[in-house]
Amino acid sequence: MAVTAPHCDLTPAAPYDVDRVRRDFPILSRTVRNGKKLVYLDNAATSQKPQCVIDAISRYYSEDNANVHRGVHYLSQRATDLYEDARHKINSFLGTMVGCETIFTRGATEAINLVAHGFGKGFVNAGDEVLISHMEHHSNIVPWQMLCEARGATLRVVPINDDGELIMEEFDRLLNERTKMVSVTHVSNALGTVNPVAEICRKAREAGARVLIDGAQSAPHAPIDMKAIGADFFVAAGHKMYGPTGVGVLYGRAELLDRMPPWQGGGDMILSVTFEKTTYAHIPARFEAGTPPIAEVIGLGEAADYLTKLGMDKVAQHEHDLMVYGTEQLKQVPGLTIIGNAKEKAGAISFTMDCAHPHDIGQLLDDEGIAVRAGHHCAQPVMRRYGVAATARASFGLYNTRAEIDALVAGLFRVREMFA
Amino acid sequence: MSEARAMYEQVILDHNKNPRNFGPMAEPDRVVDGFNPLCGDTLKIYLKFDGDLVSDIKFEGQGCAISKSSASLMTTLVKGRTRADAQALFDAFHHMLKTDHTAPVDEAALGKLKVFAGVREFPVRVKCATLAWHALDSALKEELPEEPVTTE
Repeated sequence: MAVTAPHCDLTPAAPYDVDRVRRDFPILSRTVRNGKKLVYLDNAATSQKPQCVIDAISRYYSEDNANVHRGVHYLSQRATDLYEDARHKINSFLGTMVGCETIFTRGATEAINLVAHGFGKGFVNAGDEVLISHMEHHSNIVPWQMLCEARGATLRVVPINDDGELIMEEFDRLLNERTKMVSVTHVSNALGTVNPVAEICRKAREAGARVLIDGAQSAPHAPIDMKAIGADFFVAAGHKMYGPTGVGVLYGRAELLDRMPPWQGGGDMILSVTFEKTTYAHIPARFEAGTPPIAEVIGLGEAADYLTKLGMDKVAQHEHDLMVYGTEQLKQVPGLTIIGNAKEKAGAISFTMDCAHPHDIGQLLDDEGIAVRAGHHCAQPVMRRYGVAATARASFGLYNTRAEIDALVAGLFRVREMFA
Repeated sequence: MSEARAMYEQVILDHNKNPRNFGPMAEPDRVVDGFNPLCGDTLKIYLKFDGDLVSDIKFEGQGCAISKSSASLMTTLVKGRTRADAQALFDAFHHMLKTDHTAPVDEAALGKLKVFAGVREFPVRVKCATLAWHALDSALKEELPEEPVTTE
């Protein structure tokens, strides 16, 4: 139903043409800081948006705006169709599985909280355990801490080695019959580590535990195949996968979602309400109380379509090349230490320099129009594990180029000149 | 010269590389922890008082060039001064960093601290510059805080 803007309409069979891809993203042609060409290497924080996503949102508000699942009028039906169409797009982007459902949330954080709340209330009791890893983003730590505190359960943490990889022997040891939930990130936002999620899901299932995979940093970078992963729940962030802010995805097994108590109460999530008793709607509506972020969902559907047309295997290959090239080039900078040297990495390279604090690195790079993140990346346990307060992080997207990595490295040499 | 480069004045680079009064202190009268939740930077300041005088002050911790040089310069300016002088310096410094980057700087009150005027162009970095000073402000007060002082 949604019309794709012509300049976003790439032929699936075409080889990956990064210059052409860049033209889909209007912001990449702007300049910053007195005419400096923007070099955007902060994609793990949020990605830029292609014109077709911007157009889809604008078109919705210009032509189709109405509330969903309510009115009998023309626009309401149209908005509902667009909204539900986006659900199908996300389903197929994630590799549709029979018996699974996509629920739209306000973000990946809310999706994890939804599961921690609903699954926790339904299935976690005193004496049970929740297993996470040392490399989690705060959003995959704090909700489980809150759950464990509320239910009298225990939070266990799988340690990581010096390279930033999960120690799987420890995972095997910590996983036991009391483990009710395993919640692990697919790709670490702070280290770039790609975790063996299929193995984790298989082992957890054998131990009788359920698994949530945090895909906030994986969905934008590589093909996601829910069948191959085998998770009970998978979450993703719209704005990190070239879609709008304010929308996230919870993909989960219907038989579990069906048995989870509702998350928020309100309109759209009910079948009937009396003052004595409310009957809840079926999934996915049961977990989408209130007017959803309609424009954002439609925009995210468009983003998923865009990525599918580009081909996520090609995106992954392109970004892998950037990761290999970027790692090689960064190692040429004297006094630079890469934090996180896992055999399999995606998305991000974190580093420190002996002469300059990450904040100062970020500030001087910004002077040249290069955007990187400096800080703890909402992963303070990771920072403590490596004995640093912060790192600088260059994170790649599908539009980045080797030339941009060269600009980054040249900038780092200038940082060194100033501070060494 | 571009704006961010201009912010890193020679005095700042010097104090960053060779911080003064850096390290722990034996038997301090006051210890205050400072924490910047934005970047995770932490610092600790130690003070000794002799009557109304700040007789000794040291600091340690992890921080960027702005926060480290600000703490270092602060210790050199406060050491041997009265509590009231130290408080007046905090007030002047704090006031400068709250003003717009085009506003004139009170050089008489600030002295060497005027090198931080350029930080005002980068609001995120103002917190780096004030972290040690908030810890000092807290240390000068009668009651010590139970939690670390933060820039938030």
